[in-house]
Amino acid sequence: MAEKDYDDIPGTFVFDADRSREGYWLNQFCISLRLAKNREAFRDDPEEYMTRYAMTDEQKQAVRDRAWNHLLELGGNIYYTSKLASFDGITFQDLAAKMTGMAREDYRDMMLHGGRSVEGNRSKSEWEKK
Amino acid sequence: MAKITAGIGCSHVPAIGVAMDTGITEQPYWQPVFKGFEFSRKWCKDNKPDVIFLVYNDHCTAFDASCIPTFALGCAAEFTPADEGWGPRPVPVVKGHQKLASHIAQSVILDEFDLTIMNEMEVDHGLTVPLSVMFGEIPQDGAWPCPVIPLAVNVVQYPAPTANRCYNLGKAIRRAIDSYPEDLNVHIYGTGGMSHQLQAERAGLINAEWDGRFLDMIANDPDKARQISHLEFLRETGSEGIEMVMWLVMRGALDDKVTEVHRHYHVPASNTAVGHIILENHD
Repeated sequence: MAEKDYDDIPGTFVFDADRSREGYWLNQFCISLRLAKNREAFRDDPEEYMTRYAMTDEQKQAVRDRAWNHLLELGGNIYYTSKLASFDGITFQDLAAKMTGMAREDYRDMMLHGGRSVEGNRSKSEWEKK
Repeated sequence: MAKITAGIGCSHVPAIGVAMDTGITEQPYWQPVFKGFEFSRKWCKDNKPDVIFLVYNDHCTAFDASCIPTFALGCAAEFTPADEGWGPRPVPVVKGHQKLASHIAQSVILDEFDLTIMNEMEVDHGLTVPLSVMFGEIPQDGAWPCPVIPLAVNVVQYPAPTANRCYNLGKAIRRAIDSYPEDLNVHIYGTGGMSHQLQAERAGLINAEWDGRFLDMIANDPDKARQISHLEFLRETGSEGIEMVMWLVMRGALDDKVTEVHRHYHVPASNTAVGHIILENHD
């Protein structure tokens, strides 16, 4: 596979066609939770509900574990996985905090003080130095 | 003749809609966000549009992964606010303008922009939040002030259309609206952004300096703005900052030289930098 210019951006999964292909059923599972009747079915029997979508075992495990970054690594897209977070009653900001590994209050505080600076966060090489 | 008299750039953060729907806009966290729209609401009353052409993106609501149109034009009679996973927003159904929408579809497609035509579509916060911030709280059984023609742009699966493509589509939309025989005052909205990243370890990225330059370019140097690369959007403004290509559709539909009548910028609303600009065409 050709190298992608955006692969150098640290801490970021660019949801391109390759990821979309890999994450197709995971994302279709997640978006199904948009509808109340599906949320109910997933709540009643999560294992049965997951069998309705042709996810890989690893994807299913990441759903069980609510492994938010791993879900993205396995082809999930944030707008889809956020439906799973929403199912759990997690707000978008708290979901973001979880993915950064920061405590909820620390993340909220960072946002109130202007967010994460782009300085030092443009390239993977900058993260490797840390 | 129909005429585009103004362009509006505006973020569409879902939490802004939630703040309005739950009546907490006066809280210290939200007050500065909404303060910047006081002028806009007055301006909307003084410059009432007959139709709004609203460029936004669907956040995996109306479109799931099975169908990803790059540009989808809403030609339906009405668009219902969708349940995005926490119940639909308590806002009115959005009425379309079918005659103008089908005129635009025909004109723009013959102008070589191959739109997808949506005769049924639910709309999410990407469309309703900009209307809410511009027009204020409107009860669910009320009505938006005018019909709306939605244009949904794919910015979820990479690649989104380029900034340049969006700008040129704006020009084609302008030609379409200019050739519509009925006298209509049309406002065009470009929504989304500004800098934000919602995912993975770099979530929370904000680049206020870059956003400021973008607002300057949108107002005064669109020719430069349309050359911004996808890599620059992703790297400098966060993975979701690429939504700003949609502002280029709006800008392309305006005159080369416009008057900036209002600008607002605030960090944060949830994970996002809120940006807003109102640009008026000269004649």
